[in-house]
Amino acid sequence: MSTDQETFVDQLRVDDTPRKERRRRRAQGPELENRRTVPLSRRIRHSWQLYLLLLPALVWVALFAYWPMYGIQIAFRDFTPVGGITGSDFVGWKHIEKFLHSYNFWPLLRNTLVLALYELVAGFPIPIILALALNAVRQRYFSRIVQLITYAPNFISVVVVVGILVMLLDPQTGIVPHTFELLGIAPPAFLTDPGWFRHTYVWSGIWQTAGFSAIIYLAALSSVPPELHEAAKVDGASHLRRMWHIDVPAILPIAIVLMILNVGSIMSVGFEKVLLMQNPLNLTTSQVIDTYVYEVGLKSPIPQYSYATAIGLFRSVVGLVLLVAVNALSRRITKAGLF
Amino acid sequence: MAAPAITSPPATSRPATTRHIREPRSDRALNVVLIVLLALFTLTILYPFVYIVSASLSDPAAVSSGEMWLWPVGFGFDAYRAVLDYPAITRGFLNSLLYSGSAMLIGTAVTVTGGYALSRSDLVGRNLFTLVFVLTMLFSGGMIPTYLVVQQLGMLNTIWAMILPGAVSVWQLIVTRTFFQTTIPHELLECSRIDGASDMRFFLRIVLPLSKPILAVNLLLYGVATWNAYFNGLIYLTDESLYPLQLVMRNILLENTFDPSKMANADPERIAEMQQLADKLKYALIIIASIPPLIAYPFVQKHFVKGMMIGSLKG
Repeated sequence: MSTDQETFVDQLRVDDTPRKERRRRRAQGPELENRRTVPLSRRIRHSWQLYLLLLPALVWVALFAYWPMYGIQIAFRDFTPVGGITGSDFVGWKHIEKFLHSYNFWPLLRNTLVLALYELVAGFPIPIILALALNAVRQRYFSRIVQLITYAPNFISVVVVVGILVMLLDPQTGIVPHTFELLGIAPPAFLTDPGWFRHTYVWSGIWQTAGFSAIIYLAALSSVPPELHEAAKVDGASHLRRMWHIDVPAILPIAIVLMILNVGSIMSVGFEKVLLMQNPLNLTTSQVIDTYVYEVGLKSPIPQYSYATAIGLFRSVVGLVLLVAVNALSRRITKAGLF
Repeated sequence: MAAPAITSPPATSRPATTRHIREPRSDRALNVVLIVLLALFTLTILYPFVYIVSASLSDPAAVSSGEMWLWPVGFGFDAYRAVLDYPAITRGFLNSLLYSGSAMLIGTAVTVTGGYALSRSDLVGRNLFTLVFVLTMLFSGGMIPTYLVVQQLGMLNTIWAMILPGAVSVWQLIVTRTFFQTTIPHELLECSRIDGASDMRFFLRIVLPLSKPILAVNLLLYGVATWNAYFNGLIYLTDESLYPLQLVMRNILLENTFDPSKMANADPERIAEMQQLADKLKYALIIIASIPPLIAYPFVQKHFVKGMMIGSLKG
């Protein structure tokens, strides 16, 4: 029913204008789309000002996105500051193999995947439920106040979120352990127990982002024609039924697209937050691939640039493969996908 | 999205002749359940904020003993005074203001100009250029190669390392492009062409004034993102006088490097007292660091939702 509803993600498709639309535009605006009559060189020269507008963005993407990509080759070299990117010795797959055979490999992979999957499974349905509830509540002002408050945490920094977490959960002074003691339960070591790291990480993340993530679903719900609900009401459908048969299908396409994107970023769990929550006691579950890259490549007194780059490359490639695979799977099953 | 005319109060309060569909009792129950659930969720979001605000205004001893749980106990502004006495915090605050202000302007300028150029269907090579940007969302160089680039550009330990590497968000660029595609009618361009306006003039005089929502969204998102970032500072800066507030805060809150001797006018007698204030300062510091983004947010919220919606959900 809402397959024609295009999300921003559809914009990722490079050629996004339907052919019919392009033909129509060409017919409408002969001045702008006169491909046949005006030679290419003149069309390029004619819009030099547009290229000028595009230039800063192109320079940025060349410097800070493509130049680093070119630098990935140090994963296959023994990087030395003197040799630089191209002057260092070529060693092939040495660093990748070293990582795959390292004793750290399986723990890192497991920590990364478990944390990301937990976040996905726990965090994905909550914004959807929130949006459905906000949309269903009849008191509009109430729902607006709830939105205003629940969006807010999204705008504070991870340092603040982790800071609050540490204060509330501190074993000596925190209010949460105090409450546990009042209830006569021994409080778990939220911050230092490796088993608790994942729970505190995931649920504080939900606390921060659930409200804001609901926005996109609310937008999809607001485009549901009211006639559908009215017709269903006439047929005697209860509100719960209407939510299930009208609202849920309306947000499904967007949910699928967001799900694909989330799976694609599974390998890069929010490592800036993980890094802040790490302490020597919970490292067995809190060391993920990206924090390890930071530790090996930049934090350590003897930085191993090449080895760290190789680990990062492994992470990016697996992430990309996952994204493509999930997209293909989703296309086959639901006929909705990114590309 | 029920039309109000149909969801009516119980039929008893109405003349029997109006034929409203009576609302099932289960629907009213559902509404109550949803309100209760949403209220609980909202309280969960709100409580940590209230706790931190109260803690920052309370006596530190009452906070650490758990006596203070909702409203301030032993009201006072000592914590905020202590924050002002800690030079690293004030310097970090000013640094962060400078970084976010510059990043907001630079990022928005680059995004809006680039997004507009990409939105024009008569730009030769438009699809290729779009692909160049979109590819970077799927694959990136990674931490170390980016660090080496920043190093090669001589930006380590400069303000530019804090602004330029994250200056443009490709996602925002694409949203901005879509905004222009869907809100600037083709006819407008043709009219201006006939009146003799160049592309640049059209962009500056017609497109920009029509695009305040997307400008607001970009300014807000870049500003908040830069204000909240700590990782760039962690890897690109070693000079503490350049540290952004988030990094200063990380060191105080999480790395336990709070150092009483760094306080201005620290004499030995006050150190014990300062040590006690240390715990308290944390709460005030969190408030101070969160204020700028939280102030910015309601101001632009109206624009935000509008610009975001048009840009991200087409049609």
